Amino acid sequence: MKGNRGRRLSLFILFLAVVLATGCGDRSEKKSAVPPKDVVDIAVGDGGKAPYYGDAIVIGSIGDISGLIPNITSDSASRDIGDFIYDGLVRYDKNLEIEGVLAESWEIKEGGLKIVFHLRKDVKWHDGEPFTSKDVLFTYKFMIDPRTPTAYAESFLQVKNAYAPDPYTFIVEYEKPYAPALGSWGLYILPEHRLRDTEDPIKSEQNRNPVGTGAYKFVEWKPAERVVLESNHDYFLGRPYINRIIYRIIPDQATMFLELKAGGVDFMGLTPPQFRRQTEIAEFNKNFNKFRYISFSYTYLGYNLKNPLFKDKRVRQALSHALNRMDIVQGVLLGLGVEATTPYKPDTWVHNPGVRKFEYDPEKAKKLLADAGWKDSDGNGILDKDGREFSFTIMTNHGNEARSKTATLIKSYFEKIGVSVKIRIVEWAAFINEFIDKKNFEAVILGWGTGPEPDQYNIWHSSKTGEKELNFISYANPEVDELLEKGRRTFDKEKRRGYYWRLQEILAEEQPYNFLYVGESLPAVHRRFRNIEPAPAGITYNFIEWYVPESEIRYTKF
Amino acid sequence: MGKYLAKRLLLMIPLLLGITIITFSVIHLAPGSPTDLVTDLNPQAGAEARERLIAYYGLDKPLHVQYVNWLKRLATLDFGQSFQPDGKPVIEKIKERIPITIEINVLSMIVIISIAIPLGVISAVKKDSFLDKGTTVFVFVGFATPTFWLALLCMILFGVKLGWLPISGINSLDYDRLSLFGKIVDRGRHLIMPVILGAFGGLAGLSRYMRSNMLEVVRQEYIQTARAKGISEKRVIFKHAMRNALLPVITILGLSVPTLIGGSVIFETIFAIPGMGRLFYQGVMSRDYPVVLGILFIGAVLTLIGNLLADVGYALADPRIREGEG
Amino acid sequence: MRRSLLLSDFFRRFTRNRLALSGLVIILFFFFLSLFAGYISPHDPNEFDVRSIFSPPSRGHLMGTDELGRDVLSRMIYGARISLKVGFVAVGIAVLIGTCIGLSAGYFGGIIDTLLMRFVDIMLCFPAFFLILAVIAFLEPSIWNIMIVIGLTGWMGVARLVRAETLSLKSRDYVQAAKALGESDLKIMFRHILPNTLAPILVAATLGVAGAILTESALSFLGIGVQPPTPSWGNILTAGKDNIEFAWWLSLFPGLAILVTVLGYNLLGEGIRDSIDPRLK
Repeated sequence: MKGNRGRRLSLFILFLAVVLATGCGDRSEKKSAVPPKDVVDIAVGDGGKAPYYGDAIVIGSIGDISGLIPNITSDSASRDIGDFIYDGLVRYDKNLEIEGVLAESWEIKEGGLKIVFHLRKDVKWHDGEPFTSKDVLFTYKFMIDPRTPTAYAESFLQVKNAYAPDPYTFIVEYEKPYAPALGSWGLYILPEHRLRDTEDPIKSEQNRNPVGTGAYKFVEWKPAERVVLESNHDYFLGRPYINRIIYRIIPDQATMFLELKAGGVDFMGLTPPQFRRQTEIAEFNKNFNKFRYISFSYTYLGYNLKNPLFKDKRVRQALSHALNRMDIVQGVLLGLGVEATTPYKPDTWVHNPGVRKFEYDPEKAKKLLADAGWKDSDGNGILDKDGREFSFTIMTNHGNEARSKTATLIKSYFEKIGVSVKIRIVEWAAFINEFIDKKNFEAVILGWGTGPEPDQYNIWHSSKTGEKELNFISYANPEVDELLEKGRRTFDKEKRRGYYWRLQEILAEEQPYNFLYVGESLPAVHRRFRNIEPAPAGITYNFIEWYVPESEIRYTKF
Repeated sequence: MGKYLAKRLLLMIPLLLGITIITFSVIHLAPGSPTDLVTDLNPQAGAEARERLIAYYGLDKPLHVQYVNWLKRLATLDFGQSFQPDGKPVIEKIKERIPITIEINVLSMIVIISIAIPLGVISAVKKDSFLDKGTTVFVFVGFATPTFWLALLCMILFGVKLGWLPISGINSLDYDRLSLFGKIVDRGRHLIMPVILGAFGGLAGLSRYMRSNMLEVVRQEYIQTARAKGISEKRVIFKHAMRNALLPVITILGLSVPTLIGGSVIFETIFAIPGMGRLFYQGVMSRDYPVVLGILFIGAVLTLIGNLLADVGYALADPRIREGEG
Repeated sequence: MRRSLLLSDFFRRFTRNRLALSGLVIILFFFFLSLFAGYISPHDPNEFDVRSIFSPPSRGHLMGTDELGRDVLSRMIYGARISLKVGFVAVGIAVLIGTCIGLSAGYFGGIIDTLLMRFVDIMLCFPAFFLILAVIAFLEPSIWNIMIVIGLTGWMGVARLVRAETLSLKSRDYVQAAKALGESDLKIMFRHILPNTLAPILVAATLGVAGAILTESALSFLGIGVQPPTPSWGNILTAGKDNIEFAWWLSLFPGLAILVTVLGYNLLGEGIRDSIDPRLK
């Protein structure tokens, strides 16, 4: 809720990010495969308070989940829960390298056109049924079935052939080399025995009362109130220490923070003002650990390139010079983020640090606009050209405070160079349906979730400008098309880097988006939870190793 | 009495029809077709889902046919399926959410009655006294404060600073393991703040109304007569005057039902209560037309029932209606 | 002659009612504030300064600064304009519709009366806030839509009041006389009946403005009120609520402004009612 304030951000990011042919590539925060043995060592260093099986963690969430088969939902809350219940064949580990989960090992053959997965033999579904390759095959078929209402089918449509020669081997073949292939098998594997006879997965029992292979088993879902999970004692990567996960749905950000302080919530993401101003006190830090790390997402101002206003590259460059991004990061994120210059996360191998930067320079902006023919000929303070004034509407979605603040700041900056801006905030569903999909907008502030996989074919390729496709700004550049194609067909990391660095140079020069900022994730976790170790993948990748020392257990009944 | 009740029930039929017409027109007020949303969000399932919806709402038929069809479904409480990814039938969703909303509103109503009536009587009896003015200002201040602000201030005070009450939700995490008594106490502690804050809105109006009714009644002849007969002032006020002043209050209570239900959107959001108000808000924000229409209709019907109850109560209390006009 | 006597009676009683007078003073204060916002406000309400985000009240910013470093006092002053505008226009619409429907129902009676009043009953069954939410979300939360929708869902009380008054006035001698003289219905309704229903309308309108201001703040809380960067008390308060504990000035001032204004309208409304009908006082 509003509610719902922050919810929409992640919803959007996830909805679109995962479509980015990265499959489930953004599952960066995941349980680790490190055996629990290591935990004991760490615990010894922790004042002798040994890991202990017990307690519950209460996680605060703004939005309710929409279902329990995350393969067909698109909101972040459902995926967060799904992460505990289901596993993929592979996942990204804490350093964002691919490692096996349900797949013990794999072989890449025929120059990448074929992957042979060898599955673990010790995995059981929560209801006791053995996990086998028929579940994997079923999940694949489920994803490409046109009747399945999923937004994540793209990666699996690249598959030419998939088969399961024996219960513990699964083989996929691709028509052309497809670099994101392996990562895409982070897809949550669904139980065939629960879904094979279902007509409509949305209404299936599995979507209400799921059975997975994951570290936690489903207990109950009280709509708009809470979701409860309990630890899976037979989890093949080791029994998690924390017995229960209680996902509390609290639609108001202010209420959730008060709950955190009063002890009703153990773990939530803070807003920048909460992080900077309300938690810098001893009392808070006595009870909570705060973390901050750059998130896999960025926010941008995208122009509708079909609109004559934005056709000229000089105009877009001028608008980029007109913004003081430092001030936006300061004003919107209170400094908890960095300026964005390209569509890749700054600390990853694919990010090109050497692209053209657009420093804040209103004079240069005015000059560029003048070169493009925009002058204030009638003296009303607004630039005009051929009798048309330079004014447009920036739209963004409802419920995202950072974006509406950004819009407010951008409006002021643009007005300083004689560009008039209106802001319109539209609720999410209408925003996508009536404005984005129909390309009925002038400029939008939105965000993309990114992931370890750099393929961004769907966002920038000129073939992806159809209705409901992701290149909704109608960007078209033959060189970019070629680089994107090469990038996804090449396995060699150095070569890929070369393609994507060139891609970033072009995008920075052409400014189809005005890249704004990359925000930080700001989780706060109660101090009784130990063994939290921030890594490039965030903090929850080793959730099953978090524990509470016996003397500090709060919820003894669970 | 039976005759009166029958007449009253018959009168409800045109109202019910009117409610359905207005509810129905809301769906045609919004831009775009109601099928856009579902089909647009699930491109893969597009054509089929669209056809199913068009068939369900009969969107290819003329308006009056659509309306009659919709009405037939309504008669069996079939509101269709939610557009949300969970695709549940709307009636199921409402059933899940409505009990807590009714619980809170009924409790709020009880609080309103039990505070507003004595308050009104006292300020009427002690007219223009400090007490009268004080209560006037007090109830008005309560009414004039934006509820979500007041709610947050109370949460900070009672939840965080004093730690007396839980901040949000409707029960504790271990609710299922509590004894019956424990459950009642737990639920009660969770509901104190939302119920009392919810009552504030109605308090001001009702206590003022009670006050002016009392003043009116006190001047009536029979009260003056009673006084002249030397019946004690206390008896006059509580036995004779109050009973008569209470009558119109019953009607007002019936009328305050929609206000309470409307306010539940705010309370349920701020206090994280999984009720119907929040379901409605979520429905509105995601353009979940079946849910929006279902709740609009149910909300109006609840009000209608509230009014009916008030009228019946009135009739029971006032023999003139029961026997006379019947 | 007779009317002016009543008026002077009214004023005498009204000026003796201290609560009502203080309500009037509050209202006039904010009215002037919004009228002269451009002259009074110390800063541009939309001028941000990221280096002074959330600064507490100081000499430079008497009410501190907000989440973008904007001057809260200036935003409050401009916000008064928006909040009062919402209140007045919404109530204006409600009074217009309510008066027309109430007058027609009361004056013509019969089937017209029955139909119109059943319509009123039906509208009263809907939780107004639900209707407002639905319509605003389906349209667009522009300030005009908000005012219109609040008005469209708030006229029923006025209609009932005006109808009741009309019914009792209809049988008065002077109305009957006008009828006998062959004056048109419209003329009778608007010339003879309407002026005498003004008092209860005024009361209802005054209370209605208070309600509309509260409704706007509730809509802002849900994020569908007046859109940024236009300041309204409701959206300043909503921005303040998330930082209520450390940036107290950001919620305290708009909260108090709403409280005091709504209180002012309510006290004024009650005061007018009491002064019209002194028996109840």
